[in-house]
Amino acid sequence: MISERTLPLLSAIAVLLILYGYGSFAYNGFFGLRLAGYLLTDNAFIIVTAVGMAFVILSGGIDLSVGSMIAFICALMAFLVVKLNLHPLWAILISVLVGTCFGTIMGTIIAVFKIQPFIVTLAGMFMFRGLGYVINTQQVKIDHPFMTTLSDFGVYIGQGELNFVAMVMLVLLAVGVIVSKYTRFGHNVYAIGGDSNSAALLGVNITGTTIRVYALSGFYASVAGILFAVATGSAYPEVGIAVELDAISAVVLGGTLLTGGVGYVFGAFIGGMTFGVIQQLINFDGSLNAASTRIVIGVLLLAFILMQKVILIWARKVTAKPV
Amino acid sequence: MMNLKGLSINPKIWGPILSLVAIIVIMGIIDPGFVRIEFKDGRFYGSLIDVLVRATPTAIIALGMAVVIGTRGIDLSVGSVVAICGAVAAMLITETDLSFASVMVLSLAAGGVIGMLNGIMVSYIGIQPIIATLILMVSGRGIAQLITGGRSVSFDSVAMDIIGSGMFLAIPVRIWIAAGLLLLTILVMRKTAIGLFIESVGANARASRYVGIEARLFKMFAYVFSGICAALAGVILIADVGIAEINRLGLWLELDAILAVVLAGGSLNGGRIYLGLTIIGALIIQTLTTIIFSSGVPVEYNLIVKASIILAVLLVQSPTTQAAIKDLNMKRKGVRT
Repeated sequence: MISERTLPLLSAIAVLLILYGYGSFAYNGFFGLRLAGYLLTDNAFIIVTAVGMAFVILSGGIDLSVGSMIAFICALMAFLVVKLNLHPLWAILISVLVGTCFGTIMGTIIAVFKIQPFIVTLAGMFMFRGLGYVINTQQVKIDHPFMTTLSDFGVYIGQGELNFVAMVMLVLLAVGVIVSKYTRFGHNVYAIGGDSNSAALLGVNITGTTIRVYALSGFYASVAGILFAVATGSAYPEVGIAVELDAISAVVLGGTLLTGGVGYVFGAFIGGMTFGVIQQLINFDGSLNAASTRIVIGVLLLAFILMQKVILIWARKVTAKPV
Repeated sequence: MMNLKGLSINPKIWGPILSLVAIIVIMGIIDPGFVRIEFKDGRFYGSLIDVLVRATPTAIIALGMAVVIGTRGIDLSVGSVVAICGAVAAMLITETDLSFASVMVLSLAAGGVIGMLNGIMVSYIGIQPIIATLILMVSGRGIAQLITGGRSVSFDSVAMDIIGSGMFLAIPVRIWIAAGLLLLTILVMRKTAIGLFIESVGANARASRYVGIEARLFKMFAYVFSGICAALAGVILIADVGIAEINRLGLWLELDAILAVVLAGGSLNGGRIYLGLTIIGALIIQTLTTIIFSSGVPVEYNLIVKASIILAVLLVQSPTTQAAIKDLNMKRKGVRT
């Protein structure tokens, strides 16, 4: 028994396994814990962003500001640590707080003034990118022993390293999955995304839930920004351009409908990993220049979506027959 | 009386127009030079004329976007289509001896074909519009780089100069082109059934199919139109500078176009197409850009100023604010009587 709701997620997992299987079969060193650890680290900040995005999309909205938010948080971190000489722990706390506040403000504008999320977060995207530029226009190195400790921290499992960035990602993913499944807030998000009128009639607090959804997305995006700062040890204002599109694609590839109400937060992880595997396939192949890499990513994205559709249709037929 | 009746039928249309007028009036008070228009050597000069000229590519793309959004879709690929069609036009001019007319037709056809691919993915395969057009947004710039071999192509063409900076009856040629396109679109959308069908497809695709409208065909048509509009904007943009700079051509234009449609009051949920107001929306965006550039605000603050003003315009136009104002008016009237 496979329900209609889990099918897209299952087909996404199937396609990820097919891609990974193909890579393991075709290239030496593709299969194994080393690449797995690398995939987790390399895609951590996309996946973290995508988890927050998944909540927004499940509620029927969209958040275009996350890429700029990452850049802004990086710049803010650099400013707090380098210019104000704050301890990075304080800087992280302040940055996350500021990011969550900005998310809350956008959520309030969307919920109270009933303006379309696409446009409010688009304005947010301009705003945060601009704020990032105002803080600093050049690349800044964040040099602090604590930051190095964080980025060097890691646990070896066989050949693979599970480092700090990957751990934070997995913890936040788990938190996201639990919140979406087992809390009232999570259920309200699904209800609003499915049909906000019915949800309102059932007594769901639409305004409050919407505000909290965007606050959550702001929180996840700012943590992603901090992960980026920890991983690269630097901040520059061009960080995170087009990350919002990667995050949205990751969520959708993970089987969540953009119309809201249908999908799983865990799908964000699957979608993000699929992106990572595609990128690694291109890396291992090594024969593509920059221009054709973009085209190949586009074609693979299309192929992936079509494959998902085919698997869906096939699975529906198979599950329909016995009845 | 007639006028008042018109006002009460659709008060929504006054939002964008008043916003544009307010921005220009405020600027005119701060800096009277901004609203001055001079007539010299058979052409008009002034910041406002500059705004009109520079707004044409965004306005043309926004027209196509308005139709796509009317079908409850979105077209993220227009920026890439601008790059591809700019590349095609530039290569055709430099590498072949084709006449200017055929270069134009081929470039526009390229845009139409790309639009058709988007349309097929959205309406026949059933991929969500944002994702279907995202594919071309990601890969389109790569395609444009392949076409030109990764370099910027500069060209020399009298016809392109005319499109880029020529004058006809003291008005820039590109404004005539945009006005012609607007008129044609309004005629097709308002005087034939096509516009009604497209709006009905956007409002409720399934219901439209039940009443016998070939919903999928109309959806695809919208994307073809958007592709052709983007191609036209691409040709105008490269004609302006005489060089096709692939990496920057049409970058972020999709966002400006979507913004123009929304400022015009078009809902991203489809079902409504405001063509004239979309042009006003594009003019608002360009006026802001021109003001920011000419005001000497440090470059870093550009995006912040733009975002703040757009937010202000949106907040004023929002249903909640409108309702609050109405409420206030009612109370005042209540006190008077």
